Amino acid sequence: MDPHLPWFILLNPLVTAALIHFLLRRSPGWSAVLSTASACVGLLTAFGIWFSGFPTQPIEVPWLDFSPSFRLPIGITIDALSKVMLLVVTGIGALIHIYSTVYMARDEAKSRFFGNLSLFMFSMLGIVLANNFGMMFIFWELVGVSSYLLIGHWFTRDSAAAAANKAFITNRIGDFGFMLGILIVWNATGSLIFSEIAANLGALTGLGTGWVTAAALLVFCGAVGKSAQMPLHVWLPDAMEGPTPVSALIHAATMVAAGVYMLARVYFLIGASLDAQLVIQWIGVITAVFAALMATQQDDIKRILAYSTLSQLGYMVCAVGLAAPNAAMFHLFTHAFFKALLFLGAGAIIHHLHHEQNIWKMGGLSGRMKVTFWTFLAGYLALIGCPFFSGFYSKDLILMAAWHQNGLVFVLALFTAFLTAFYMTRLVVVVFLGQARSNEASHGHDGPGAMSLPLVILAALSVVAGYGTESYFEHAFQGLPAHEHAGVVPWLAIGAFLLGSALSFVIYQGRAKDPIVIRLFKNKFYFDELYAALIAGTHDLLAQISSWFDKWVLDGIIVRGLSGSAWGAGFMLRFLQVGNLQAYSFLFGIGAVALIYFVVLVK
Amino acid sequence: MLNLIIFIPLLAAFAVLLGAPARKSALAAAAAGLVISLFALFSYDASKAGFQFASSTPVVPEWDLKFLLAADGLSLVMLLLTNLVTLAAVWITPLVEKRENIFYACLLFITAGAAGAFASQDLFFFYAFHELALIPTFLLIGLWGSGQRHAAAWKITIYLALGSFILLIGLVDLYNALPAGVRTFDMIKLQQLASAHVIPEASQTRPYLLLLVGFGILISLFPFHSWAPTAYASAPTPAAMLHAGVLKKFGLYGLIRLAVPLLPAGAQHWSWLLLTLLVGNVIYVGLATIAQKKLDMTLGYSSVMHMGYIFLGIAAFNLVGVTGAAVLMFAHGLSIAALFAMAGHLRKFSPSLAYETMGGLGKPMPFLGAAFGMAAFASIGLPGFANFSSEILVFFGAFKPAFTPEAGSYQLATAFALWGVVISAVYMLRAYRAIFLGGVRKDSTDWVDPIFSLRLPVILLLATLMITGFFPGGIVNLVKPSIEALLPK
Repeated sequence: MDPHLPWFILLNPLVTAALIHFLLRRSPGWSAVLSTASACVGLLTAFGIWFSGFPTQPIEVPWLDFSPSFRLPIGITIDALSKVMLLVVTGIGALIHIYSTVYMARDEAKSRFFGNLSLFMFSMLGIVLANNFGMMFIFWELVGVSSYLLIGHWFTRDSAAAAANKAFITNRIGDFGFMLGILIVWNATGSLIFSEIAANLGALTGLGTGWVTAAALLVFCGAVGKSAQMPLHVWLPDAMEGPTPVSALIHAATMVAAGVYMLARVYFLIGASLDAQLVIQWIGVITAVFAALMATQQDDIKRILAYSTLSQLGYMVCAVGLAAPNAAMFHLFTHAFFKALLFLGAGAIIHHLHHEQNIWKMGGLSGRMKVTFWTFLAGYLALIGCPFFSGFYSKDLILMAAWHQNGLVFVLALFTAFLTAFYMTRLVVVVFLGQARSNEASHGHDGPGAMSLPLVILAALSVVAGYGTESYFEHAFQGLPAHEHAGVVPWLAIGAFLLGSALSFVIYQGRAKDPIVIRLFKNKFYFDELYAALIAGTHDLLAQISSWFDKWVLDGIIVRGLSGSAWGAGFMLRFLQVGNLQAYSFLFGIGAVALIYFVVLVK
Repeated sequence: MLNLIIFIPLLAAFAVLLGAPARKSALAAAAAGLVISLFALFSYDASKAGFQFASSTPVVPEWDLKFLLAADGLSLVMLLLTNLVTLAAVWITPLVEKRENIFYACLLFITAGAAGAFASQDLFFFYAFHELALIPTFLLIGLWGSGQRHAAAWKITIYLALGSFILLIGLVDLYNALPAGVRTFDMIKLQQLASAHVIPEASQTRPYLLLLVGFGILISLFPFHSWAPTAYASAPTPAAMLHAGVLKKFGLYGLIRLAVPLLPAGAQHWSWLLLTLLVGNVIYVGLATIAQKKLDMTLGYSSVMHMGYIFLGIAAFNLVGVTGAAVLMFAHGLSIAALFAMAGHLRKFSPSLAYETMGGLGKPMPFLGAAFGMAAFASIGLPGFANFSSEILVFFGAFKPAFTPEAGSYQLATAFALWGVVISAVYMLRAYRAIFLGGVRKDSTDWVDPIFSLRLPVILLLATLMITGFFPGGIVNLVKPSIEALLPK
């Protein structure tokens, strides 16, 4: 293949972002056009890469080069994994750009929005293409920045500013572990390049299983932050303060999936430690269950989808831990379409209900927002795992892996499937069926073509994305344990989905307010309160202590003690009392110069 | 050429004192300095590496003391930093109401002193030029400072006088550690002598400790750091920019140039001490930064904290780590200067710079909001700025240090330093949020962005950070051979 293609796809959004931020700040219209055009060109390039085979030469430029001890190049991997990821990122990216031209049409900082959207595309594509840990970390951080900027787009809102900070700092906590893991891997294998590490993994495993497990789990920390796994999940629901297209692009389809993609990319490392895999599958499934429980009691349409995203990411992470990265990537692939669709559908509703996000103030929208309703329904069915929709197949593969590996994890994963059907049916019933429960809801209508078109395309993809793709992901990985197909698993999944949706339908049909109140779920298991207390209790307290110590002990005692001590009592103190700074400084300079002569002369 | 870089600001300073138009002369001298240092940078023959542009005037031949100027890649990068920050600092200087000529002369003396220290390859002048730069710093704080300027000026004077004094004893001790026949002030010769192992290992520990503490106080090494935040908070903006950005780097430069290459056995002996103290810089001072309630104090403390990373790179004692430390000096100097410059603009509206007096300023000040955000992101080490590419070198260098028996403690220190990356995100983003985000305050309606010409210095600093951040190869490859020559074989 032509090596210019991947460079072009990577640099195109960077140039776009730079043009918009530095030149088009005052031309919002042109910014939107340029950014959207660049995203569409990106999609075309991704297709070009898809159809043009694999590179024969390494595509690489040096960046920080201290060969042989340390080498961090900007290098590109084109393989089955990155090819499909390029399509997902640019494809959904392009659709969301188109959608945003309507959603953000009257935003007063439209240029900034589109500039940052392009910056995000650049960062995300860098993660997808990276052929080494160093470059991945660079773009990992850049994704963090662009996410910060986009969550905080409406920065005059205090909640948006708080959410942006929370997302960034929480991610950095994960990155702390990620970097440490990278350092351990590099220290043992002497390389940052994925292929070289994989070939030289013996140098790491030779140090003992403890080091491998530590390295794998520390690298996993990065994914815990970016893919919002427990206990670092708290930022994602708050990130819904950003504009809805941002939620769809970043916090559903791409950025949060980066953690899973990274795990799949370095699966050679994860797969080398059984202990690490055990931890990863449990973190994944616990996130899946807890997030689904929280989702059942939320009232904000975007937050329900956010918790649902957490839960689905839990599935993917769990799959990596179950030695099924192919299932994780498959679910990442299908989920990207249907979750982007659900967010954009929710965005259409919010847009036309004048930024009303409470599902209890909606209702009866199926008649007035037909396109939105039917497309949302497709996404809904895919998410809850209805047979013949894409989500069914990918979820089935994860459940199958759990069935073979860990019975308890399987039960929890199945329970999550039940909960998913439950909370999503609640959402659909409350939002779309019954009576309009607010003035806005009774006037809702579908958006213009640029808003509906992405919905229709994504709906179609949500249906078909599960066909013929399963084997693609299977071929992308080598040496995975083969499972025989257990016929009972899909039936159990279907049972869970039927039970969950039927139960939810019966409970919520025709209700005007939530008949179930479970404070623990509604308050998200009090994680935020716990962390607030923890941070106030440790970091901030330590901060106060060290600041106090600095002011009163180091400064007070030492400085005052010094000037009063015998050392200062001589010539120093006299000048202090004279209090003439200029005189002192001058004499000091002379004295210093004289002293060196003196010492040298005496010798 | 190096003579020009030193004497243009020096002569300009005297001219200003004698009545030449202060601001115009200072600006002209600063611009000339930048042009010449850029010219030196591009005419430096990287293929030959080593010291170039040498000029030597004997002063005391018996002691081999001479006015020796020469520059390698490391010196050139420091000279570029000096002149970039000087230009920005002079440019951004607001109207000085009293004794304008002395104010500008002080700035120029600092520049000349810093440039002299970085270009001198003779111990005596290396030290003397730094003293030349320190004294006007005290004056600037004491005479034109704000807040508790007298207390701050005294504190920095006491600390830095003590530091210089210990440093002086250390330098004398180093000189005396040489065998009598080969004693010299010539730093290039000293380096050659060290490569030939003429300084006995046993007599390296004391001078290294003296140099470490002496330089350390000048760099605000924990626990000798408490002079820095108050001094920067009280200092007039250009003085804070020049001291935090440039002059403080003298101590680090001295460690890299003298202490580490000449006394490697001493460095290994005291590595535990340096590691412990630098963790104090990163964690203890980092936490203290979080607790600050005023922007100038936050910036002052953060600048102390970031010294910890540079110490870590130096302590690593290998090519990757020390090169990272050298580039990080450059990057930190530019980013902290930019931050202080912008804090100076905010001070026009909020003299105390307390966070409670600000908020929502991103709306009335879009330029400052964006530029401050970039500088803040640079200073907390985000990719795209030189701070990231150098910090990452420091981490990798320190994780595989030259002293293999101590590798475990280095890795522990690196882990602490990495946690510092989280801490710095906390305080910088909190500061940014407190100043620029949130609802617009009613009493801030007359707050406006700096006029276009006053934006240029900030743009100059940020653009340099971005260029060297996107393409770190140039500056890294310039510094690398110098460091390679300094490290023991």
